[in-house]
Amino acid sequence: MSLLVLQDVGKEFGAIQALSHVDLTIQPGEVVGLMGDNGAGKSTLVKIIAGNFPPSHGKILFEDREVHFTKPVDARSVGIEVVYQDLALADNLTAAANVFLGRELKRKVGPFSFLDHSAMNLRTAELFGELKSETRPDDVVRSMSGGQRQAVAIARTRLSKAKLIIMDEPTAAISVRQVAEVLDLIRRLREAGIAVVLISHRMPDVFSVCERVIVMRRGLKVADKPTSQSSPEEVTALITGAKEAA
Amino acid sequence: MNHALPPASSRDDVSGFSNVGRVRWWQRGFFASQTAYVAIALVIIMIVMSVLSPAFLSPGNLANVAKNFSFVGIVTLGVTLVIVTGGIDLSVGSTMALSAIICAMTMQAVAGTSLDSIPVLGMLISLGAGLATALAVGLVNGLLIARAGLSPFVTTLGMLSIVRGLAYAVTEGRGQAPTGPDVDLFYGITDGNLAGFPVAIIYLLVLAVLVGLVLHHTAFGRHVFALGGNEKAAALTGIAVERVKIAVYILSALSAGFAGILMVGWLGSAPANLATGYELTIIAAAVIGGANLTGGVGGPAGAVIGALLIEVIRNGLVLAGINAYWQIVLVGVIIIVAVLVDRLRTLRLTL
Repeated sequence: MSLLVLQDVGKEFGAIQALSHVDLTIQPGEVVGLMGDNGAGKSTLVKIIAGNFPPSHGKILFEDREVHFTKPVDARSVGIEVVYQDLALADNLTAAANVFLGRELKRKVGPFSFLDHSAMNLRTAELFGELKSETRPDDVVRSMSGGQRQAVAIARTRLSKAKLIIMDEPTAAISVRQVAEVLDLIRRLREAGIAVVLISHRMPDVFSVCERVIVMRRGLKVADKPTSQSSPEEVTALITGAKEAA
Repeated sequence: MNHALPPASSRDDVSGFSNVGRVRWWQRGFFASQTAYVAIALVIIMIVMSVLSPAFLSPGNLANVAKNFSFVGIVTLGVTLVIVTGGIDLSVGSTMALSAIICAMTMQAVAGTSLDSIPVLGMLISLGAGLATALAVGLVNGLLIARAGLSPFVTTLGMLSIVRGLAYAVTEGRGQAPTGPDVDLFYGITDGNLAGFPVAIIYLLVLAVLVGLVLHHTAFGRHVFALGGNEKAAALTGIAVERVKIAVYILSALSAGFAGILMVGWLGSAPANLATGYELTIIAAAVIGGANLTGGVGGPAGAVIGALLIEVIRNGLVLAGINAYWQIVLVGVIIIVAVLVDRLRTLRLTL
């Protein structure tokens, strides 16, 4: 069973052909790098998978069933989560509060329901433990490093039992050490059987965690091959158009 | 396929990633907040004042201080909720007046009708009318801000003028005194004493505890903070952003309506210029108490402490025989000093 299959997917915005004839398959637990220059169609592709808008052509299958997403909630309900570049965290709240934001655990006291702080902290600590992140549930996000913020955002997706996590430039604008931390988080997700699509401009990151790399150029998929059979030089050539396809 | 992740085998694996040390207890939570600093300042000021002026601790003066700051404090609680979401409510002073007036005028209207035969009913209707007025103001604020997407500053500035204008229009500028068979009871519940304390301060403390409970122990309170921290993130997680926003403006207006009605009991009349300019004192109290106008920070303890500090200083200047105009200057100075101290402290921590 494939986790996600896109068949001949295309998208037009008026006269602009943002994406055409994209076929791709993602297996459970696979970490796939998605690369391409700005405007190559990465974002459009990801937004279609995440349900921000439907494709103009083609079919999407999730776990072998055809799906039609019209809004992000549709994609989330089948198990597709996006970790945004700006992470969408509330800086003034703790890690646990962010992980459980919008789906707080509550305890009934008579007719009232109150937050179950200890249950949420406990579960968050478990999630961080699984991710081997040294983030503490009651730390406020404002005081966290970029890597820890990624851990909080990823813990959120773990809570909802995501099967496919799309990470948008998670290693942009963070320190070298934090990059290692984030790449490690991605490896933990793979170990747990969760597929990850890693959108990145950083060649070393893609080649260190991804089994496969997909390269987009001008709305077309120009390459889709195992990283072991490619090289950063080849991918760079594919991105810039120095090499047509591979 | 969605297996549990393997547990972290040992801390050694991750020691390379532990790059944030835990801060000391006194640099975290309440102790590190502006609210705590202002509370300490408040205690020092009160000690100094009681030494300088024996009249400060006299029961009469304390009751006076308690009553005066309670009205402002109650509304500060409501406005703090709005400020935590990153909004502002400038219409509370006007709402205090209009609610007070509608409550008093309703009492006048039902007095002498057949409703007099059922005890307390007339008063309950009047209180309901006053609070319903506040609710309507809050609902309009909330709808314009959350649904129509108008700026909170401009919307509530407009409402400040509209509601104050209505207060003058319905009274034609004349003060409205509560009347009717329940008038003694009305004075009792708005201006009486309970166990030796003015009821106003009891209402304030009960409401402060309730607001604290809601803010820190309910999902609604958590969403109020989330809105102030990152509204986009709050919306992405599926929080009903519009509903939370409308609710905080309604609660803010209700706190104003309630305090306005209490002031009628204290003054014995509801003049159209009741609580004019209070919105600025109230916002000042919230800010001095540690609420951040950019949103995400604030709480009931800060609201109470901020309101009390302003009143204690005002009272102190009166007792010291200093011209009352200087109190206005001093309140401004305190606002800036309180925020400045917090700024310097956070700079020191981050450098």
